[in-house]
Amino acid sequence: MITRADFDIIASWVSPKSRVLDLGCGDGSLLRHLADSKQVRGYGIENDEPSLIKCIDNRVNVIQTNLESGMKEMADHSFDVVILSQTLQAIKHTEAVVSEMLRVGREAIVTFPNFGYWKHRLQIGLAGKMPVSDDLPYQWYDTPNVHLFTIHDFEEFCRHRGYRINNRRVLSGDNETTFLPNLTGTLALYKISVG
Amino acid sequence: MFATQQFAHFDTPLALASGAVLPAYDLAFETYGRLNETRSNAILICHALNASHHVAGTYEHEPDNVGWWDNMVGPGKPVDTDRFFVIGVNNLGSCFGSSGPTTINPANGKRWGADFPLVTVEDWVDSHARLLDHLGISTLAAVMGGSLGGMQALAWASRYPDRVKNALVIAAAPNLSAQNIAFNEVARQAIMSDPAFHAGAFAEHDTVPRDGLTVARMIGHITYISDDQMEAKFGRGLREGLKFSFAPEFQIESYLRYQGEKFSGYYDANTYLRVTKALDYFDPARNFGGDLARALAGVTARMLVISFTTDWRFSPARSREIVKALLDADKDVTYAEIEAPHGHDAFLLENPQYLAVVRHYLNQIEGVEA
Repeated sequence: MITRADFDIIASWVSPKSRVLDLGCGDGSLLRHLADSKQVRGYGIENDEPSLIKCIDNRVNVIQTNLESGMKEMADHSFDVVILSQTLQAIKHTEAVVSEMLRVGREAIVTFPNFGYWKHRLQIGLAGKMPVSDDLPYQWYDTPNVHLFTIHDFEEFCRHRGYRINNRRVLSGDNETTFLPNLTGTLALYKISVG
Repeated sequence: MFATQQFAHFDTPLALASGAVLPAYDLAFETYGRLNETRSNAILICHALNASHHVAGTYEHEPDNVGWWDNMVGPGKPVDTDRFFVIGVNNLGSCFGSSGPTTINPANGKRWGADFPLVTVEDWVDSHARLLDHLGISTLAAVMGGSLGGMQALAWASRYPDRVKNALVIAAAPNLSAQNIAFNEVARQAIMSDPAFHAGAFAEHDTVPRDGLTVARMIGHITYISDDQMEAKFGRGLREGLKFSFAPEFQIESYLRYQGEKFSGYYDANTYLRVTKALDYFDPARNFGGDLARALAGVTARMLVISFTTDWRFSPARSREIVKALLDADKDVTYAEIEAPHGHDAFLLENPQYLAVVRHYLNQIEGVEA
């Protein structure tokens, strides 16, 4: 569920005319937005047939392949930025994918739903149930999300792996939040690089 | 939609990759749809091994003679002739109307036969460019083809970057593998070892190396179908039970013989030899130390590459080599890997996702109106 707010933040982190790879690019609307606003040369990776057609309709370059293995053949630092938008939580090999993103790209932009959002905490803490919300709209038994994590978890992950956090913004719904972001934030956006 | 076969004659000599020169030649072609005022809506269709310029529709007096890509090209079809002006051209060296072994050599008034020079994919593309000149078309909205036709589309994009806005490279490969060449060589040996071949001068002996052509086609046909598809279609099915003889007993045997014999009735042996050689020779990276990205450095067209999951003749991995080279060369490229059970032949068949990819891709091409 991509909103314009996170589009605009991502666009503000992308240099004009840079070379961008969007992993799991969906219908290509983010790449279209980046092409229109930043004149990037963008490529998407997408394995879903209907989404592929929508990318073609959006006039963006899209490569049909598996997101987790599709970067293998790509050269080191062949992209300025590699984007993984609201998909990290649905990926099996989290570490490997982030590491590949930072091999193929000079920087990586990762956005994810914050499991630490207070309503999620209430659902699990008080109701004793797995959270269901606008940003996590699935039941436990049909969710594509295999790794749920919080803003704190991600920052700890970056520290352990030696990734530098170059930018962070947190949204609560469509608005930015800076007050206790791990509690009030629904969507976190990071720009990271190696070292 | 009725098609009309047309011919264009060229007097300007064509220098071929082999060093030979064709002093004059003819190209057979057909067109569908209407060329717009700005001449910006032309799509060139390149054909594969045994096809021709008869891409779509039928002939007025031959209602059963349907073009080989009729499911792809026509009014309202993925390549929509209500919007695009589509050109089908028969390649030099073929046997369906363009100059080739079965046409007359103007130098001596005799059939070319074995004397027709060997031609390459690049030679074909150069001759197509002259056909465009003849038609008054400077730039193609798109060039497209499957298999060997896809190789021509790729060659078009790198050889004439100013003349191609989009190239659709379908079920192709950046070159033939050793296994691909091996199959071609067995097919050629089948033809050349047929006693009726007479070193290519079979017409002078009033004969045709039909047995050799039949075997060549049988070999080719095996590589066009996936193992699964062959199993599903024929399995170990028998025609009439075991006979303990060498007559066709298994259904796959009679199918291949039927296909081979049908083919040998209309296809020219000298053409088969030349077309398989053109396939073997195709290797745009050869002059760039094997670096395909460098070979494609000059491409300006937007590229659409399509492969089919069960194609083992030109597998998805081969298409991905093209995609990788285009990515490395910083070109616009889209790649679709179509789930299809049919093997290499899938590029000619109905497949909703495949046809949708082509339809949507061509729909978003701009600047072809008016």
